[in-house]
Amino acid sequence: MKRNHAETVLTSIPYLIWMVVFTVIPLLLVTYFAFTDETGALTMANLSAVREYVAVIFRSIWLAFIATVLCLLIAYPLAYIISRAPQRRQRTYLLLVMLPMWINFLLRTYAWMTLLENTGIINRLLGIFGIGPLAMINTQGAVVLGMVYNYLPFMILPLYSVMTKIENGLIEAAQDLGAPRSTVFSSVVLPLSMPGVMTGITMVFVPAVSTFIISRMLGGGSNMMIGDLIELQFLGNAYNPNLGAAISLGLMILILFCMSMLNQLNEEDKEGMII
Amino acid sequence: MENLIVLRDIAVDFDGERVLNSINLEIRDKEFITLLGPSGCGKTTTLRIIGGFVEATAGDIFFDGVRINDLPPYRRQVNTVFQRYALFPHLNVFENVEFGLKIKRVPESEGSANLIKIPEAERRTMVKEMLELVGLKGFERRNINQLSGGQQQRVAIARALVCHPRVLLLDEPLGALDLKLRKEMQIELKRIQQSTGITFVYVTHDQEEALTMSDRVVVMQGGNILQIGTPQDIYNEPINAFVADFIGESNIVEGVMRRDYYVEFAGRGFDCVDFGFDPDQRVDVVIRPEDIDIVPAEEGMWTGVVESVVFKGVHYEIAVEGCGHHWIIHSTDYCEPGTFVGMKLTPDDIHIMDRELAEEQEAEGADEA
Amino acid sequence: MKKRSWVNTGYIGLVMAFLYAPIVVMAVFSFNESKSRALWTGFTLDWYKKLFTNEVILSSLGHTLLIAIISAVIATVIGTLAAIGINAMGRWMKSLVLNTTYMPIINPEIVTGVSLMLLFVFIRDRMGIPLEMGFLTLILAHITFSIPYVILNVIPKLRQMDKNIYDAALDLGCNPAMAFLKVVIPEIMPGVISGFLMAFTFSLDDFIISYFVSGPTFSTLPITIYAMTRKKVSPEINALSTIVFLVVLGVLTLSNYVEAKREAKTSY
Repeated sequence: MKRNHAETVLTSIPYLIWMVVFTVIPLLLVTYFAFTDETGALTMANLSAVREYVAVIFRSIWLAFIATVLCLLIAYPLAYIISRAPQRRQRTYLLLVMLPMWINFLLRTYAWMTLLENTGIINRLLGIFGIGPLAMINTQGAVVLGMVYNYLPFMILPLYSVMTKIENGLIEAAQDLGAPRSTVFSSVVLPLSMPGVMTGITMVFVPAVSTFIISRMLGGGSNMMIGDLIELQFLGNAYNPNLGAAISLGLMILILFCMSMLNQLNEEDKEGMII
Repeated sequence: MENLIVLRDIAVDFDGERVLNSINLEIRDKEFITLLGPSGCGKTTTLRIIGGFVEATAGDIFFDGVRINDLPPYRRQVNTVFQRYALFPHLNVFENVEFGLKIKRVPESEGSANLIKIPEAERRTMVKEMLELVGLKGFERRNINQLSGGQQQRVAIARALVCHPRVLLLDEPLGALDLKLRKEMQIELKRIQQSTGITFVYVTHDQEEALTMSDRVVVMQGGNILQIGTPQDIYNEPINAFVADFIGESNIVEGVMRRDYYVEFAGRGFDCVDFGFDPDQRVDVVIRPEDIDIVPAEEGMWTGVVESVVFKGVHYEIAVEGCGHHWIIHSTDYCEPGTFVGMKLTPDDIHIMDRELAEEQEAEGADEA
Repeated sequence: MKKRSWVNTGYIGLVMAFLYAPIVVMAVFSFNESKSRALWTGFTLDWYKKLFTNEVILSSLGHTLLIAIISAVIATVIGTLAAIGINAMGRWMKSLVLNTTYMPIINPEIVTGVSLMLLFVFIRDRMGIPLEMGFLTLILAHITFSIPYVILNVIPKLRQMDKNIYDAALDLGCNPAMAFLKVVIPEIMPGVISGFLMAFTFSLDDFIISYFVSGPTFSTLPITIYAMTRKKVSPEINALSTIVFLVVLGVLTLSNYVEAKREAKTSY
């Protein structure tokens, strides 16, 4: 049936207008602010100022990277195990995994604050054994922990969704053909789970590298990340929207760069994408 | 019988490609007319032009003498049975069939200008009668996902017919059914058409179906109408090699028309019943497989060697290689492969077609490909 | 094989403990008499009482619900119409629009928040329109980030739908608007509803974007929570998080139960 009822396209007009006004133009504004100063004159000063904060940028990337790797390591076996469990239990497991996601992440991060404090529960327990108190909060470790905690479900779900599609039959066939467990893993499970891995990495790395809540609540003022930096420029003491816009632009480009690299590694993306 | 629908010089372009090439067609009231042709010939597009789903790039379409080019589908007195039925999944059988009736507005009383909805009780009666007509009595509450292909198809037919359109368009409706069911439905559809008197415009690529059901057949190819006629006309007097080849099986040989009533092919001359060609004109000779008799070699008009014999139930399909041509013969008698045989026919069995016309159209087809 | 399954279950248990330990600890200490988050002194429901009488929390909860409902409804309407239109687009344009649509989903929330804030500031300062950062800007922002999720949920349903039923409706006498209402919308309704729920949920939960586009006069619940966590000494937060946990648990269990029943019914 070729004829397309071309007029139907018109129903998307309200959205297209909205998209231009509230998505496209704001991003153009960010770009505009990044390349101008308070007077509105064109300048590259903002971009070069960003170079001063290289340490912060690297810290963000590094911590997000560690958190992503940890999430992957923890989630991968878990997703696999759940996908091989009996049907009814799978649903329960998924429910249990999803539940924390629905609790506001401020509350969840705050929960770790109370746990990790110098006078918090963990230190008190350790104190019973005569250990500590360990300085756990306001460290990079705490930030990574916070990230892993908050974003772990976002790694589990895509991995699970891909792994359920790997039928038991495939694994049995590989075993039948004589493959030891390691080969079954590397030649059957791993390649087939790649789309899920890519999605999971995206869904963890992007928020992790750009967070400012986790770094503020668990890292104290001394472990600034890109997100903190941006927030300071707009709502903090150092009001410099131009610099903030420049950093934001840099962050966006960083993300786009990482995503395109991921896409290169994985030709058949988009299938495990988003939902 | 007046013309109900007239297509005049209708041309359709899609994405720069010419899909219908200035076709002219007149459809009479109360007739069962079939558009027949291979995939891509434009028959479905023609149907959708009549239905109002496709706008013609050029040309006019008339309904009862009125030009309806700009009339949208929901204002035409035409209903469609779609190829994959297009039943509404969220409604049951009754609600599907009732759909068009609920929208329809009829005059309050004879000759009144006031239009009202059809009352619920009346709708219910109409739906029930229609379901009975298509053999689905008692199926009202059924979920359409639980129905078989044949049943779904009948719901689709009922849904379209209950609105009493002047014209029913059917787009290869029997394609997804198995052979036996298809043949039963063909008879059903013909019966329904004759009892309701609704004009049926039917689209199919199955020539046997077209010959079985139609009052007239329109053979199309490459966006053109090649021939219009009754099933007998098309079968017996195909206008060119393509039509001859498409309709039924046939042997098509190149020949030369020496003079009226005499044609040369397979290395000798034959008396035939055609005339009106130029002397020594190159022609296509069409002979139906069932018209050739296999006889002992000495008695044959020309000879050959039996290549293969395939049992088809109704007849044997015998392939004979001889005189530079691969002959297909239908016979109820078995013949051993490898036998040297003769072939025989009567002058009636030879149909001559203009070779130049065919070459012209072949060239046109090659341009469009 | 038995040993394997013990290891497996053990691993699951370990991860689950990790996920739930903080929540459980929070819950336990929500009943703690003293303000300490580590020392248990006695059982009390005081903090819950304080929670329910806390003006700021209640009003911001109200704000949050109001914004969530309004923005989700508007986003669902615009998004559903958008999905229908996008589905009918030619390949080139469809790809362009969809990629732009998915950008806010991929983009870090902070960038979206900052960009919207700049837009509103621009409108207020450079264009002179008296726009206050508060209710209106929050609604506009929430609609903006919700629409892509609605589109994401509705488009698959449109793709799965038999295109011919729209033509069939026209054929039977519906004009285009009626055909949509009677035939297309019922078909895509599951997608519309799940899109609405997603929009509603993301709006309820949103912090980062709301943080940037709200003002001093108008708070949503997450923003209020953030302010409370800065102060560090309020076990009301524990009480709140426990309540949230129980509500979420209840809703998810219920929906799961309904889903399981529906699956059992349709698979005969």
